[in-house]
Order: sequence, then structure tokens, then C-alpha cells
Amino acid sequence: MTSPPLVNLTIEGRPVAVPPGTSILEAAKYAGVLIPHYCYHPALPVAGLCRMCLVEVEKMPKLAPSCATAVAEGQVVYVHSEQAREARKGVLEFLLINHPLDCPICDQSGECELQDYTFAEGRKDSRYQEPKRFNPVEDFGGDVVYVPNRCILCTRCVRFMDDVAQDSVLNVSERGDRAVIGKFEGADLTHPWASNVVDLCPVGALLSKDFLNKARAWELDRAASICPNCTQGCNVILETRDNVVVRMRPRPNDEVNKFFACDYGRLNYRWINRRDRVELPYVRATGQLVSTDWDRAIRTAATLLGKGRAFVLASPMLSNEALYLLSRLTRGNGGVGVFGIERGPEAPLPGVEDLALRAERAANVRGAELLGFAERDTPVDEVQAGDVLVVADEELSGADPTAAAAAASRAGAVIVIATTLPAWARDAADVILPITNFAEEEGTFTNLRGRVQRFLQARAGPGVARPSWFVLSDLLAARGERTSYFLASEVFAALAADRAEFAGLSYDSLGLRGAPARAGQFAEAAS
Amino acid sequence: MGYPQKIHPRETPVLSKHFGDAEALTLQGWRARGGYTALEQALGMEPAAITNVVKESGLRGRGGAGFPTGMKWSFMKPGDGKPHYLCCNADESEPGTFKDREIMRWTPHAVVEGCAIAAYAIAAETTYIYIRGEFTEPLREMTRAVKEAYGAGILGPNAMGSGKRIDVHVHKGAGAYICGEETALMNSLEGRRGNPRIKPPFPAVAGLFSQPTTINNVETLAAVPQILTNGAQWYKGLCLGSPKSTGTKLYSVCGNVRYPGNYEVTMGFSFKEFLYDLCGGPPEGRTFKAIIPGGSSVPIMTAEEAESAVMDYEGFVAAGSMLGSGGVICFDDQQNMVKQIARLARFYAHESCAQCTQCREGTAWTTKILERIRDGGGTPEDLDTLLDLAEQMTGKTICVLSDSCATPVVSGIQKFRREFEALIPPSRSRVSTAALANAVA
Amino acid sequence: MSDAARDMGQKVAPSELAAGHDPHGAPYEPVFVGGRRAELDELLTHYPTKMAALLPALWMVQEDRGWVSADAMVEVAGVLGLTPAYVRGVVTFYTMYHQHPVGKYFVQVCTTSPCNVCGAEDVVRALLERTGCGELGVTSPDGRFTVIEVECLGACGFATPVMINEEFIESVTPQRVPDILSRLK
Repeated sequence: MTSPPLVNLTIEGRPVAVPPGTSILEAAKYAGVLIPHYCYHPALPVAGLCRMCLVEVEKMPKLAPSCATAVAEGQVVYVHSEQAREARKGVLEFLLINHPLDCPICDQSGECELQDYTFAEGRKDSRYQEPKRFNPVEDFGGDVVYVPNRCILCTRCVRFMDDVAQDSVLNVSERGDRAVIGKFEGADLTHPWASNVVDLCPVGALLSKDFLNKARAWELDRAASICPNCTQGCNVILETRDNVVVRMRPRPNDEVNKFFACDYGRLNYRWINRRDRVELPYVRATGQLVSTDWDRAIRTAATLLGKGRAFVLASPMLSNEALYLLSRLTRGNGGVGVFGIERGPEAPLPGVEDLALRAERAANVRGAELLGFAERDTPVDEVQAGDVLVVADEELSGADPTAAAAAASRAGAVIVIATTLPAWARDAADVILPITNFAEEEGTFTNLRGRVQRFLQARAGPGVARPSWFVLSDLLAARGERTSYFLASEVFAALAADRAEFAGLSYDSLGLRGAPARAGQFAEAAS
Repeated sequence: MGYPQKIHPRETPVLSKHFGDAEALTLQGWRARGGYTALEQALGMEPAAITNVVKESGLRGRGGAGFPTGMKWSFMKPGDGKPHYLCCNADESEPGTFKDREIMRWTPHAVVEGCAIAAYAIAAETTYIYIRGEFTEPLREMTRAVKEAYGAGILGPNAMGSGKRIDVHVHKGAGAYICGEETALMNSLEGRRGNPRIKPPFPAVAGLFSQPTTINNVETLAAVPQILTNGAQWYKGLCLGSPKSTGTKLYSVCGNVRYPGNYEVTMGFSFKEFLYDLCGGPPEGRTFKAIIPGGSSVPIMTAEEAESAVMDYEGFVAAGSMLGSGGVICFDDQQNMVKQIARLARFYAHESCAQCTQCREGTAWTTKILERIRDGGGTPEDLDTLLDLAEQMTGKTICVLSDSCATPVVSGIQKFRREFEALIPPSRSRVSTAALANAVA
Repeated sequence: MSDAARDMGQKVAPSELAAGHDPHGAPYEPVFVGGRRAELDELLTHYPTKMAALLPALWMVQEDRGWVSADAMVEVAGVLGLTPAYVRGVVTFYTMYHQHPVGKYFVQVCTTSPCNVCGAEDVVRALLERTGCGELGVTSPDGRFTVIEVECLGACGFATPVMINEEFIESVTPQRVPDILSRLK
């Protein structure tokens, strides 16, 4: 069936052709024109009430709200005509009359759409002489605090909770200039996805308690990443200040998380900043762990690996690159790879198809499965006498500590590749190789639907810790394998050449949107 | 005229014929006065034929917008398989207007009959009569009349034995002028905040409960039975001026006038004769200073402008105002126009639904400036600011409440500027923050 | 709540909205039982959605209890399948629903321009004095009266109209005030 013909129109002198039913505001994006707006959001039902997006359309007697007006054949639209600019200037003035002069103390400063548009198109000074409306700050529950004085009543938060979270705990209360966002006592923003209202709020009216007063927007360094906390693989931005991760925010991805991230995911970043890190390589000499240089540590580990079957216990938080190289340790010696997984309650976002906080609380479970690792409830129980136990970034914190120690004593040798040192390893490890965590290196994760997504480095790792793939590459080279991986992309290229599920993918093809592993085989929705 | 005054000989009582006649309230009394013959006639006609009669008659919406009623009905597509709805807009809240109240509390059956005919014409099995919550008596009378009609089989699953279902429900509002706006009325009926909706979609396509809906004013619907009985030509003939304004209009006259009340005159009447002859002119010892002819949302006229106006849709526009709801508010020479315009602005600020930025903030800001001027704290820039705000509040919002606040401000400053200036001491001038910064630096 | 907000008609500050429980601390008795429940069920047949019965349901609550408490909002929400937050959003939109108890006689005087030019403010002053309220929105010491100004009541030709609870009185003047009040017990 053929699709209906595109509609042709001109926006700011540029021709565009879009499907019928597209709003002028969306069509303008194709023309490379941003029409300033507040209440409109592609993931929410259209409200058309902020009146910021008014544009001039030839032959229409009044300015048209571009978010709520469909394109028509031959339309000529002006976004920056004098009429449209004057209208926007008017909206900005009206928004600012009751708005407090809070920029110096407001978290939104530097990433505030009221600031941005006022700076670009607003009045230079205020002519408002009357007293400003005042309401006290309110705790909306969950991670959200509401500052009514700054609210521009765009109602994005209300529409999100109503339509996307489908938990109508927010309302607009009162009328006229007395209107505020309200709620009912006992019903808070405790919905697992409620924090998204903070991202949606164009101004500093809805703020994250977690981020409150922590850093200025312009002090932050940003890196595109993937949320590590479950298998959904929501795209995020990791924001750091002086090498400390202070915030994790969703990044739009139409195929995975639209514009959203769950509260559990986004607030679970503090572990990235843990200070109790392994910063140096160690080897056991005369019963004691002694710090050493990388060469000696790698050589010692390589020697140990030759002494028996490799039993690799890997964390499903490791990247595809690291897991691939770890799986190569099991070749030629009848080795096995296992992983354990923590689970928690699932929490779907009802208004978005196939988006949920997943029960498996780690980023790369699917990657581990595809790369030859098997899930075990009690992963170390199968360690046999004489095995070379390789524990990669797995603290076994949930497991019985005696089981871990017992497995270690059964094993012929224990190689620990770690970000933080598990307690049992202090007595049991023969070699300790320090690695960076996902935020400190580059790599990819595979989400539950088989989508392979890149994450970029957001902060520097501690001490002389090295990226996991780098360390494993050296280890394999020390075992005699012909590896010379100097970039994560090279490891991925080897992975893609070696494993059919990843055939045809490359860092270039993944970009920052990701791509499905072998389509059809792994992309079906789980029951 | 409003009860208990007698009908003036120069009036044309069509809707108001039975005002004050307690016997006309009951079904029996109404039938004795010819009631429900029009509905019986209508039920024997094709719905499209009824719509044509109404189109021919030239009847236009009497709530304030003046949209041709027959054309509005013709937007309802028959046979689309969807439930159609009729809403009778009885939310009368436009300051200066009190005609629907009288129609409902004196001739409730006229409204029921008009609704039934309209509902049949547009294939609406369900009609809601949305009456503002403050209208205690109309609510009581309309509820009683609907009950009587059901009892007599006029309404119900088999209206007057026609086999057609006509259900009518009275729905009580709860205090919001904005619910008189047709899309806000629908939202309120659905159990939501009374927020106006963006159009398109238009109500005839997706209205109440997202189904095709027509909303008509009480006065409009009350005229329908007589149009059907006496014919379209009769209604068209009730016209002294522009042929596009036919029939009679019930004008609500109030404020500083000798004989306030509702007057029904043929379209095209002379406003000067109306004000002095029928309404008795200004109170003893006073003169008219300003007249608002169509409810507070239309431009204020000076007494001179009013005296030269013709009372129909086109005539009032030509005189610089609008017919609107026909609420005639009279201000005599003793009145403080600044105070009254400030009070009108306060009305709009109180009623703003809060959706659109310009309305939510602009109505309140306008009110504060006007009250500051009223109280002697005005600055010379204030008038320019007010006019600026009024421009920003016009033509840019989902509904026209914002425009309606701007209108008395603009027309007031335009025509009574001296009264404003008299309250603003010339020496006081606000220094802009930029100028102050320059001075201090 | 700021004076500016109160001045423009805001009735209750958001933080005060939470205090919508019975001032005497009595446990909440449901409204929609017995006859009222039957009435609501009949009413629900008039509309294709439950939500559409919200305003009528709130009227039933106010008729029975004199005001719409937070507990009542929870009950109405439950009966109609809505959230209390949603119900509150609707209640705070419409001026006729009281969110806190008012005097036995709730006196509303129209002061919009058509009545304003006919002496409505004099009527307000007379009422404030004769009822003992002294101030707008404040219940009289004997608990019998609360007087407020309202917007256009749609009876402009009968200036000044005054509503006392559900009673609509036309053509009130300061001279008529003592007589009108004396009829109320």
C-alpha cells in the first residue's frame, strides 16, 4: 500500500516536504528551524497553551500555534517575521512578570529554556511594578521538589504523569494567575518513572533533590553513555564535575527509551564514584599481596592460565569487548564462562511500548549470553579442583562468602580482574589486575532486545587502572595469541568478525543510536 | 421588559410574550399557548428540511458570536454512525446579560421544545442543558419542565410517538464564566476543568466525548419553535435594517438607566430611540456618558456613538462596537470610567482558566495597573503599557477571554483618555532599570 | 499565600489545601450510600463516562455536607474511578465548591460593573456591618454568616443581586439588608 503524498510547504524560505498531519513545528525541524516553544513535547499530547510557538502563516488572519497546526500544501510560514518575534517577546514578558529573580540560586540556570529564549529574544528590562505572586516550595515526593514561583504552567509534568506514567497524581489547581501545579496529600511522585518530570520542566520549577545545589550546568562535562543498571539499555548522558559523576540524565533514543529514564536507573550512579578502588596491580609473593608493575602482573597471570581449565566468572556489567576477550580465555582448555545476576521488581512505563525497568539489574546480560557465558544462580559452585578461577569485576556480594572462599581454595589459581576488591580475594587472589568501570572506558553493551549500543568515556579511572579490554588484550597476547588491540573499536571489529550475532556491526555503524545485533533472531519481545 | 414591568408598545414580543405569566410555566399552560405544536410538526418533517427552514430564517447565534444557526446545524453529518450531541448553553455569565435567565424561568418549555426540535434536526439523541450553578430558579424551572415533558411522553425513547429518541438532561455548572465558551462547556460537561479547546477539531466533527456536537445558546433555541410555526419568511421579515440580521433580539438593559430589564425588539431598531424611548433614558438629573451595547466584551461606546447606532450585527460594527450578547450596560456622567474598567479587568482576571500565557498573566497585570491608576499611583508610561499588553492579549490565545479583557481597556483609553490622565500625576515617572544602571555607573 | 494572590481571588494556598479535613477531627462518613448512592447510579446512566458525573457528584457532597473536604474528594474519586489529585484539580477550578467550612449562611454579592455602578459596594458594606463579619471571606463570630464578593450573577437588571446559599435575591439595596437578614435564623 502506497503512503499518501507528502505535503510541500516553505518555512523561513526553505522548502520542506513532510507527511500529511505533521505539525508546522515538527516540519520546521526538517527545515533546520527551531520554533521556540515550552508546552510542546514530541512524547506528550499536544496542549498548545504556552503560545510561544506562534508563527506567521501567509493568508491566515491570526498567528498560528505551530505545534497544533497541521501543514497544508503551499503554506508559507515565517518564524522570524516581526509579528512572530513580537508575539514571542510578549509571551516572555508575561512569563517573567511573576517569575522570581532566582537565576543565581536556581539549579536550572545554564540549561533553562526561559533564560535561553529571553536572552535571544526577550525584553532588555522589566516594566512590571506590581507585587509578584508568591507560593512556598513544596516537596512532591520521590526525587522531586516543586518551586511554584518559577512555574510557567506549561503542564508538561501533568501530561507526562497522566498519559505516559498513567499515574494521575499531578493536577493544575486554581485558576488564572493563581494557578499552580498541585497534588493530593498521600499521593506523591513515587512512580518509578516520575523523575522524568524534572527533565521535562523547561525551567527550574521541578528540580531533582538529588542534584539540588550540587553543580552548575556549565561546570559539567558530558559524555554519551548507556545506563548500566538494568538490561533495558536506556541511552543516557553522564555528567561529571571535576571527574565526579553528579548526574545521569536520559538521552533520546526512539528505539529504546524515547526521552525517558527510570528513577532507579538515573539515581544509581554513585557507585561509579566509589573511592575504594583497586589502583595498582598485585601479585602474591610469599603469601602476601605485593603491588607490582603491569608487565609482571600480566606475565604472572598468563603463566597461571596455562595450568588448568579456565573458569571465568564474569560480571554482566562488563562490556561486549571485555566479555569477548574473556571468552577467548576459555578456548583450548575446556574452559567455561558463567555469570550471576541480581534481580529486582520490574517497572514498566505504560505509555511507551516495550520500556521498563527490567528485573535483571545489569547492562549486558544479553551480551554475556551471546558471547558464550551461562547464567548460574550460584556461579562458583561449579569450580573444580585445579581450575584457574578468573573473577572479572564480580564481587559476589550477594553470594554466600564461604562459597566464594571455598571455590577459591578448590581452584588451582585465582586471577582477580577488578574495579573494587572483593573481601574474599584478599586471602585468595594470586593476581589482581585493576580495571576501569564502564564510565571510565569506551565500549558497548547489548540490551535485552539485542540492541548493541556504544558508551563513551566520561571520567578518568583511578591509579594505573586500565580499560578492561586493554588488560585482557595484553593477557591474551602474553598467552601467545596474535592480538594487538590499541582501540576499543578494534576489539569490537574482532568481535564482529568472530561472532555471527554481531556480524556487520562496527563503531561507525553503531554511532550513538546503536543497532540491532543480527536482526530477527534476537529482537523478538520476550514473553 | 423585566418582570414586573409591562411590555413596551414598541417591543416585538416573540420570546418575551409570556414573561411574568405564571401559567405559562407548566406544560398544560404552555400547550394552551400553542406550545409543542412546532415539535409535533418537526417530528413529521425530514431533519434536513428543518435545518433549511432555520437557515432560511436567518437566525444567528444569540450567545454573542452571531454564527448562522442553520449553517451550524448543517455541519452535523447525518448517518455517520456516531452518537450526536446537542448542548444548550445556559451558562449566561457575560456581565450585563440576563436574558437567558428570564427565558428559562418564565418559559422553560420554550427551551425544552427548541432543544427537542434542534436535537431531532441534527440527529442528537442526547441533549444537555448546561445551566450555570448560580441560576437557582432557572435550574428549578428547567428541571421541572424536563420532568413534565418526560411524563407526557414528549421526551424519551419515543418522543411524541415519533419512534425517535430525544433525551434531555439538565447539567449544573459550578461557577466559571469561561464555561460559556463552547469548547470549555464541553470539557466541563465531561467532568474536567473548564478549559477551552484548540480548534480544529471543531465540535461538529469531534466535540462532547469526542463525538459530533452542536452548541446553541438558550435564546437561539427558544426562537426555533416559533420559526417553525410561523415560517422562515415571518422571521426574516422581522428586520428593519441589514438583511443579514433577522428576527428579534432580547436586549438586557442595566446599569445607570431608568427602566432596567429585558427588551425584545426587531433587528435594525434605532439605538437612540431604544435607550430613551423604551428604557427611559438615564436616571433623573444624569446624562449618559458611556454605553456598552453587547456585554462587557465588546468595545465601549460614547453616548454620542451609541445614539447614532443601528441595533443589529452590522449596525453595531459600523458604530465601532458589536452586538455581542446584547447586554446593554449604561454608565452615567457620575461614573468613574477608570474604576469601572478596572473592575471589568478584575472580572476577566478572576475568570481566566490559566492555560494561555497572555491571558493568565495579562489579565491580572492589566487589573493591577488599572487599580493602581484608580488609586492614584499611576505613572505616565502606564497607558502605553496597557495598550501594549492589550495588543499582546489580542488574537494570540486559544479563546477570546484575553481579547475580551483587552477590549474595554483599549476602547476605554481611546474614548475616555482624559479620565485616566486626570488620575496620573504628571511628575511621577518610572525610571527604567537600564536608565538607573547608567545613572549609577 | 501572598497578599497579591489573595487579592486576585486565590482562596487557599497550595500548602493549606492539605488541611481539608473536618476541623473537629471527626471521622469521615461517606456521602454515597443509600439514597445518594442510588441517585448517583441513576445519574451515571445520563452520561457515557463516569467522569462526566463529577460536577453533579460534587454538588451532592456540598448539598449534604456544606463543603467539599479532602476526604470527600477521596470518596468521589473512588466512586468515579478518578484520582483524588484529579478531583482536586477540578474542585479548585470552580468557585462554587467550598474547600473549607463556611458560615451557616454564605452570602455572595455581585460587584461586577453593571451592579457596581448601581451601588453594589454599598450593599457589601451594609452586609459586612449587619452580619458582624467585618471583613470579606471571614465567618462572623456567631458562625452564621460569611460574606464574599462574586462576579456577575446574571441578574444585572435587578441590581444588586445577592445569593444566600441557594436562595437568589434580586434588587438588594442597603436599606433592604436588615430586613433580609432578619428572616434568617
